Amino acid sequence: MKKILAVALVLCLVLALAPMAFADNPVVKIGVFEPQSGDNGAGGKQEILGMQYANMLTPTVEIDGTTYDVELVYADNASANDKAPTAAQSLISSGVSLVLGSYGSGVSIAAGDTFAAAEVPAIGVTCTNPQVTSECDVYFRICFLDPFQGTVLANFAKSELNATKAYCLAKQGDDYSGGLCNYFIEAFGKDNCVYEQFPEGTSDFSTYITNAQNQGCDVFFSPVSTEAAAQIIAKANTQAIGMPILAGDTWDSNVILNAAKGTDVKICVTTFYQEGADPEFDKGIKEWIKSDATALANNGGNDELAAVTVMGYDAYYVALEALKAAGSVDPADVLEVIPSVEYTGVTGNIAFDDIGDALRDSAFVKSCNTETGVWDFVTVATVK
Amino acid sequence: MDKTILPYIISGISVGGQYALIAIGYTMVYGILRLINFAHGDVFMVSGLLMVYLAAALPLTVAIPLVIILTVLLGFTIERVAYRPLRTAPRMSVMISAIGVSYLLQNLALYITGGLNKNYPQIPWISDRVTVLGMETSRVTIITPFLTIILVVLLVLLINHTKIGMAMRAVSLNFETSQLMGIRINSVISATFIIGTFLAAVGSMLFFTNYPGVVPTSGAMPGLKAFVAAVFGGIGSIPGAVIGAFIIGICESLIKGLDTILIVNGTITEQIGLATFSDAFTFVLLIIILVFKPTGLFGEKTTDKV
Repeated sequence: MKKILAVALVLCLVLALAPMAFADNPVVKIGVFEPQSGDNGAGGKQEILGMQYANMLTPTVEIDGTTYDVELVYADNASANDKAPTAAQSLISSGVSLVLGSYGSGVSIAAGDTFAAAEVPAIGVTCTNPQVTSECDVYFRICFLDPFQGTVLANFAKSELNATKAYCLAKQGDDYSGGLCNYFIEAFGKDNCVYEQFPEGTSDFSTYITNAQNQGCDVFFSPVSTEAAAQIIAKANTQAIGMPILAGDTWDSNVILNAAKGTDVKICVTTFYQEGADPEFDKGIKEWIKSDATALANNGGNDELAAVTVMGYDAYYVALEALKAAGSVDPADVLEVIPSVEYTGVTGNIAFDDIGDALRDSAFVKSCNTETGVWDFVTVATVK
Repeated sequence: MDKTILPYIISGISVGGQYALIAIGYTMVYGILRLINFAHGDVFMVSGLLMVYLAAALPLTVAIPLVIILTVLLGFTIERVAYRPLRTAPRMSVMISAIGVSYLLQNLALYITGGLNKNYPQIPWISDRVTVLGMETSRVTIITPFLTIILVVLLVLLINHTKIGMAMRAVSLNFETSQLMGIRINSVISATFIIGTFLAAVGSMLFFTNYPGVVPTSGAMPGLKAFVAAVFGGIGSIPGAVIGAFIIGICESLIKGLDTILIVNGTITEQIGLATFSDAFTFVLLIIILVFKPTGLFGEKTTDKV
């Protein structure tokens, strides 16, 4: 009896999981390769928001004379390099024409081989480590790179913050923060930097802040995940850190604003988009976020617009452009045309170079207003 | 004391106090059931999440006691549902069940939070900034070790001078015999879990006030370190767990700052990257202890009768 019951239960599960979809138009699938849990879960969800909004505005695409419904297929890479290939494989198995993502460079690098083996093109949205595209022929990206971002931040620290000695903190084994710290140190001068790494699962950052204070640093550079960032900000406040904190695009997030509100910590970040650059777009997406309870929760409970969301929005349209240009939903055809795709999005003009990187030469620098809990625009930085 | 080293010591003592409160839960359950309760670290995390959600809806004066009650209830329920039915099963089965509970809690938390970092509410007064001996820190850092020691002294008094404490000691000595002597084993074990989870709930408040971010895996690392502390001090021994926790907390903190301490002293002129090894140290310590003194610092001697 028990055995029959067990078999019946298993059958129920299998049947419930079996897909039952009926649609009028043919469907083209775009894979969304993003972290929805783990260290970068918050950022990944915000990036997805942009794609979902774009998908809501433009749910169909005309490919070679036929109207296709665009379906976003999600895979959670859990911010973990070891889970990334499995997530990538699940997207490939579900028959996506191309993939968008991921937030966080490590997972994109880890999944590169899987995409390359299946010849499914991937467009990175905000993964800024050079290796994402340089080591993988099917990976493209629409954002700037870490060598650029690191240099911008180092120059900013020197000229605007008048810093002479920098403390750099990265997470052990994390391609994003480790890479960015290296480029920062290169541009700032190795002799004037203290570089340390913290292991996975660290929640006590007080000692690292004490280290920076004891060594007489005057800027604290920690381009780490938002989860660690919240801890760092809290400790920086209680320990009266006494120096500004600098970080990269990852910190352009509500998590940071929430953590920094009401403290006296000065925080500056580089990012892809500054709210207000396209008021029309800002208004539309904010209304959508406020009207959708899930979207609001995924955005951290308020309607502050993160740059990664805007990048996600642009990425979706780049994907549609690629599909139109390919005139087919076959990944191989899409892969062939991506290098020649050009698109002017909300974050600026997007075109690709030989390696598959976006041709971008400017970044926004903004600082956190700790009284009101919003970002203040500081400057647009370029490196020649 | 030297102003360079002091902040590391203070932060280490505070971390140690938090590990100690979790370690007691491990060590007590082990002492009585010979079970390593792998779900303990996750109960600690769930307690943090309960606080996040309850404090959003209720005033703190109501939320804090409610969090403690609910956490204790969770610990009690886990024992009733996942461990008690396996009382006569081989010990391995109970341990596997504990691992199952651990993953269940983590995944439930993942489902409820959506994997996002939840900001722990600020508890007024204890999260304020204070200046101690010329260094800035939060009040909770200073309070933690004292509160830990007070709770441990109370616990030791309970175990040595009350009826339930005597029953606990008897059960930990011999399961079957104490049952024959008329001790109701099940209520003694329930009491053990209630005390253990109560301390974990208090520990979670101190920990997350200090490091205010709760994610489904928040319990894993502190849980693991507390477990190492319990083994280090001799699993089954409460003073051992507390001392082990303080030693691990302080050593970890000092290793993270060792580079800087040496540079400020002038012993070395360049970073040598010792901070990276802070976690490795904890686990190397575990291995060394297991190799040279398997029963830990204060562990009971086991004599096998032939």
